[in-house]
Order: sequence, then C-alpha cells, then structure tokens
Amino acid sequence: MVDILVSSYPLFLKAAWLTLQLTAVALVLGCIVGLIIAFFRISNSKPLNYFAHTYITVIRGTPLIVQIAILYFGIANLITLSNFWAGALALAVHNGAYIAEIFRGAIQSIDRGQMEASRSLGMSYPLAMRRIVLPQAFRRAIPALGNQFIIGLKDSSLVAYVGMQDLWGTALSEAASNYRQLDTYMVVGLYYLILIMIFTYFVNRLEGKLSNGKKTKKQTANDNSVSV
Amino acid sequence: MIQVKQLVKSFGSLTVLKGVTLEVKEQEVVVLLGASGSGKSTLLRCLNFLEVYNEGEIWVGGKQIDPNKTNLNHFREEVGMVFQHFNLFPHKTALENVIEAPIHVKKMNPAEAKALGLELLKKVNLQDKADVYPDMLSGGQKQRVAIARALAMKPKVLLFDEPTSALDPELVGEVLQVMKQLAQEGMTMIVVTHEMNFAREVADRAVFMDNGVILEQGPPKTFFENPQNERTKQFLGSIR
Repeated sequence: MVDILVSSYPLFLKAAWLTLQLTAVALVLGCIVGLIIAFFRISNSKPLNYFAHTYITVIRGTPLIVQIAILYFGIANLITLSNFWAGALALAVHNGAYIAEIFRGAIQSIDRGQMEASRSLGMSYPLAMRRIVLPQAFRRAIPALGNQFIIGLKDSSLVAYVGMQDLWGTALSEAASNYRQLDTYMVVGLYYLILIMIFTYFVNRLEGKLSNGKKTKKQTANDNSVSV
Repeated sequence: MIQVKQLVKSFGSLTVLKGVTLEVKEQEVVVLLGASGSGKSTLLRCLNFLEVYNEGEIWVGGKQIDPNKTNLNHFREEVGMVFQHFNLFPHKTALENVIEAPIHVKKMNPAEAKALGLELLKKVNLQDKADVYPDMLSGGQKQRVAIARALAMKPKVLLFDEPTSALDPELVGEVLQVMKQLAQEGMTMIVVTHEMNFAREVADRAVFMDNGVILEQGPPKTFFENPQNERTKQFLGSIR
C-alpha cells in the first residue's frame, strides 16, 4: 500500500484536485439552488410550493448515479455538456434538494418575532429576510450544512462512472492496471479521509467563529437544561 | 390622530375582534385593559398591520390606511412597536439593533445614525451597553433597547404589547419609568398592559376590552374608582 501511495501520488493529487473542484462548484451551485428552493417552499404561492415540493421529492427519491447518468447521457445530447459540467450540475441539483430542506428548516426555526419586529420598523420582507432572518438562519444551518458538504464530497465519487478521472475514477483505472485492488482502494480511501478531515476542521472553525462571544453563553445554558 | 372604525378580525372560525371603534388623539396615552383573549393584543397588531383585519377601517392622520393601496412599509416607519418578548436581533449589538432600521430603511448615514443611536440609548439609560449583545442584557435592559430601537425611526405613535409581562418583577419598574418619561414628552402611546398602577398614573384614558369589544372607557380616575359595567367591576375586582 505504501508503495502505491508513494509511486502514484502525482496522479492522485491531480485527481484530488479535480474532486475538490467538482465538489466546490457543485456545493456553491447547490447552495444557490437550495436557497431558491427553500424560498419557494416557504412562499405563499401555491405553484412555487408545488414546484419545490416536486423537485425535492424527485431528487430525494432517485439515486444520484441515475441523476448523473440522465444528465450526462440524456440532457448532454441536447445541450453539449462536458463531463465535468454534467457531473457538477448533477451534483448541484442533487445537493440542492437536501440543502433546500436544511435552509427551510433553519429559516422556519427563527422566531416569528424577528420578522415581526423587523416589519414593525418599516423593513420590507426581503430586507428583513436578508438583514435579520437569514444571518441567524445561516448560523443555525452550519452544522447540518457542514454535514451535507461532507456527504456531497463523498458522493462526488459517482461521477467516475461518466468517465471522470476524479479520485475514485483514478482509483478504478489504477486498480485495473496494477491488479492490486485492495491497496489501491485503501489509498484512495485515505485521500478522501484527509480531504474530509481538512473540510471538517474548517466547518468547525467557522461554527466556532460565528458563535464567538454571542451565542456561546446561551447555548451552554440550553445544553445544560437539556441534560437535566 | 388614529381612528379605528368597526374593526372585525377572525382567525379561522374564531372571531377575536367584533367591531371595535376607537379614537386616539395626538399625545394621548391610552391603555388597553382586559383579560387574555379579550382581543387587546390583536387590536394593537392590527394597528400596524401585523395582522390584517377582515372588516372595518383604520384612519391615521386623516388618511385611511388600506393595506392594498398604502405602502405599509412606509406606514410602519411612523408606528413603532414594542413587543412582550422584546424581539431584539440577537446577532446585533444593542447599538446595532437601534440603528439597523435608520440605516437600512431611512438610508441615514451610519455616523449620523450612530450618534442618534447613542443618544437614544442614553435616553433609556443604557449608554454603557451600546456594544453588548442582547444575550448579555437583562430583560429590563432588553426592553429598554427595544424601546430605543422603536424610537430611532421617530414614530408618531408607539404601540406597546404587554411590554413588562415577560419581565422579572424587580425589572418592571425601569421599563415603566422609561415609558412614563416618553408619555410626559408627549409621545402618542397605546399600551396593552396589566400594570394597573401605570394605567392609573400615566394614562389619559383606560379602555376595557372584553370578548372582542370595548365595554367601557374613560379617564383612569373614573374608570378605576367608579366603573359602570358589571364585567369591568368584576375584572378590576379580580386583579386587586
């Protein structure tokens, strides 16, 4: 295993970089999609509710690999998509559905009084959302969002099946040529593990930073009351 | 200044306001009294359109406020509200809470807004808490910040929805003191409260609501000492 780690590291580093790019694009787009869908779900408009609901049901109800295949083989025939963008878009659409539910839950968990107080000061709904509700909702969404990002990074491995040389794609072709499946897969597992540990570190730091000096005291108080 | 005409408000099959008519003059301090469920909070929330009523009219400053025609955001700038649970913005300091709306709604320049904010915090005796987050404030302090926040929009009328009901008893006084000061300065105020002493001392008029209608109203002295309606007598008797 160590020899593979040493001999193939340029290949795997390149693959890791591709995995990271793919994940980053997918998650940024996924957050945008997620936020839009979350707003559709909480809006008063029936058609928008219905659209969002259908979107979430379909995406959560079908395997990611099927979604990737449909996008790559189906839609890519209509509008030419590179396999990078087919993969990234499929991941974005997929993660978007889950992120939408995270955002919706976080927004709805913010006390109604926050919106009412904002409106009573003359703020419009969008202004109150942007300045008052969303900053609090984002903070509350970070743990769940971090979790979803980790899942998103790991799920990005499925784009290997539309021919991308990401981490998993590289592992598959390496193992096929060196016949040392176990060692190769353990090496690639290690790469994923390291990426996710780095990722988790940053999520935790962000969480700590955002709660610094503000929420800490209250949260500890709440935590205590829960355990009692 | 404010005229409410035959206001009706239902939540589903429950009719909370059953034709309420009320007039409030400029600089007048009106307290709304009544048991919980009598509709006083709902009436207050209708006045700045946090609830939209089903029937009736609301006139402010000689103009009818029609939620379909009037720009409610603009209208609400002139009608401040103080809530039972303060509803301070937890991610903003006391000063930021106060200057949020002046900067982002009125487009006041930040330096000017900050000066105004500090002045208002001083007015509610919290100038030393300007940079503190709401979590670190006591209930009474939070409510005073909330009052400063409402004042920052320079409203023509202030609505108070049970401003001291969520406070520890020893913190009630500091909030009432600020409200009393505002009343003396000539602010038009409509106050839903259970603080009978405040009603007696500060209010120009006491309004008693029961079951969605106004049963009795009058100057506090006559209202408290010589109530006419049986239900009013019963209510005043039960809280003594």
